[in-house]
Amino acid sequence: MTQTATLTHPAAGPGLSFGQAVRLVAEREIVTRVRSRAFQVSTGIMLAAVLAGVIISGLLGGRTSTTPVAVVGDAAGQVQHASGLDITRADSVAAATEMVENGTVKAAIVSDPSSPAKVRIIADEQAPDALVNSLSIQPAVTLLHPPAVPPGLRYIASYGFGIVFLMSAATFGGTIAQSVVEEKQTRIVEILISSVTSRTLLTGKILGNSLLAFAQVVLLGACAVIGLSTTGESSVLSALGAPMAWFVIFFVIGFVLLAAMFAAAASLVSRQEDVQSTVTPVTMLVMVPYFLVIFFNNNDVVLTVMSYVPFSAAVGMPLRIFLSQAAWWEPLLSLLVLIGGTAGVIMIAAKIYGNALLRTGAKVSVREALRSSGVE
Amino acid sequence: MLEITKINRSFGDRQVLTDVSFTVVGGRITGFVGRNGAGKTTTMRIILGVLAADSGEVRLDGALLTPADRRRFGYMPEERGLYPKMPVAEQLVYLARLHGLSRSAAQRNTTDLLAKLELSERAGDKVETLSLGNQQRAQIAAALVHDPQALILDEPFSGLDPLAVDVVLSVLRERAAAGVPVLFSSHQLDIVERLCDDLVIIADGTIRAEGSRDDLRDQYAGNTYQATFGGDAGWLRDQPGITVQEFDGPNAVFDAESPEAAQAVLTAAIARGPVLSFTPRRPRLAEIFKEVIQ
Repeated sequence: MTQTATLTHPAAGPGLSFGQAVRLVAEREIVTRVRSRAFQVSTGIMLAAVLAGVIISGLLGGRTSTTPVAVVGDAAGQVQHASGLDITRADSVAAATEMVENGTVKAAIVSDPSSPAKVRIIADEQAPDALVNSLSIQPAVTLLHPPAVPPGLRYIASYGFGIVFLMSAATFGGTIAQSVVEEKQTRIVEILISSVTSRTLLTGKILGNSLLAFAQVVLLGACAVIGLSTTGESSVLSALGAPMAWFVIFFVIGFVLLAAMFAAAASLVSRQEDVQSTVTPVTMLVMVPYFLVIFFNNNDVVLTVMSYVPFSAAVGMPLRIFLSQAAWWEPLLSLLVLIGGTAGVIMIAAKIYGNALLRTGAKVSVREALRSSGVE
Repeated sequence: MLEITKINRSFGDRQVLTDVSFTVVGGRITGFVGRNGAGKTTTMRIILGVLAADSGEVRLDGALLTPADRRRFGYMPEERGLYPKMPVAEQLVYLARLHGLSRSAAQRNTTDLLAKLELSERAGDKVETLSLGNQQRAQIAAALVHDPQALILDEPFSGLDPLAVDVVLSVLRERAAAGVPVLFSSHQLDIVERLCDDLVIIADGTIRAEGSRDDLRDQYAGNTYQATFGGDAGWLRDQPGITVQEFDGPNAVFDAESPEAAQAVLTAAIARGPVLSFTPRRPRLAEIFKEVIQ
């Protein structure tokens, strides 16, 4: 081997700033993740799921299928106003019955003065519900408290916020945990923290993965918006617009909180095989808002509590805004609580992470990690 | 020159390092020898700032080490690893940039270094796909890619195949020749003996011996002599104050009770015929090591 005297060495002086170093670490996290097959596949699946959801709900909602019916004589006047019917005129009741028998039409409508609706439906085994409904006489209804949001939409929105949060947090939380343990297991972490501080490393990791998670959520959101507007569901869109914006804001901060917890939890172990044991409690914490929102989206008390607890605010508050339950100052207050909680958790997480990073072998307890940086 | 002064460190109730002091001179290779658990890794981590000392200081060329200085150190941890799923060159560029190099300088260094380590054609491959020998070369490159001003290597030879040992040896010699202080730990005493200029021996967290290899060997030479005579050396057994250890025709290794007794042997030998060699026997490192760690 010849001289390496041609190599360049870093200039003397302070070297990289905290920000520059964080950017480098974050950049590596992002590049590594984006390049991984697992990330590409899971993003593809999530996009496909959102698109499919939008399209299917569009199809179900705006269904304009028609029922072919045969109409005899003066019954025609009765059914003129009914929509969704593909009317074939028949000369007699017998001819109309024949058409029902051989399947040309789903049902025949004949006049019957004895029926309250003045018509009789002749069908094969079962009368089409839509047809029966459209020809029924319905009582007038007055609702004292009409719901702001149709119950179906309420469920879809709850489910949507809940699942996006759960999926992103679990996926990226898992990714951060893997990445922390990978560095510990391969011991490259010793080289890393001989050049940058553990704080820099942690910040870069959280930042990189949060940006990616954020980008993924924005991509999903954009997909939903485009889908909704092209399938003509713009009324849903205008109702969801503000809650979705709030969701993104809460998500970004709430995600940083969870990311810090995942990183700290993962730093307690030294091998990929052990990572589940410390990360599971955090994963549970991520799943709680999901199940709460699925089971209690009708319970205003639960939703209100959820909207202020840092772990679930990202799901609870946007949902309450969507349901028009939150006063204008409530999201702001909840945001402050979330930011405060996140700052606190980051401080604790940084301490655990820094102290546990060089301790290899058996799992380190949280209390030990908080107390000292003992290595052996 | 790297000066380590009165470093103390304990983990919980256990004192791991006690008043550890030694120097690593620029331009020389210093071997750091001790049994497992003697405190080698802890000392190195403290030098690198990865771990804090309870007390004591580390100076480089007279000034206390700063994080900026440490960023210009090259480090090879004992149980080494790189990102298994990251391409070799990309990984080296990343590490060089973390150490403060610009992207272009980092890329230049990486290319040069990989060429010198004969890894150029594997530059784009993931580390996990490399052979063990090539992974070890990549690890060496990771310690050198930012042209460090001091090298700290924890067991750089453990698990290396003979070819890789030669590569590491030549790298260390070359860096030392450029005036860089090089400290490496090892429990393989034969390699340390072959390579290092200076020695630091640690046991139970205290430095037991420190100095140039040759000085130490002289210092621990004791009263054993080695001689080759013109004829059979059997007469030595009857010489007063002499205990023969080994005896093979004209060659003999013997202990002398005193320098005078040894000189008497020489005088007697010359009277009997030619003396081809007569020298105090310098102990091997393994022998010194055994003696000082007790």
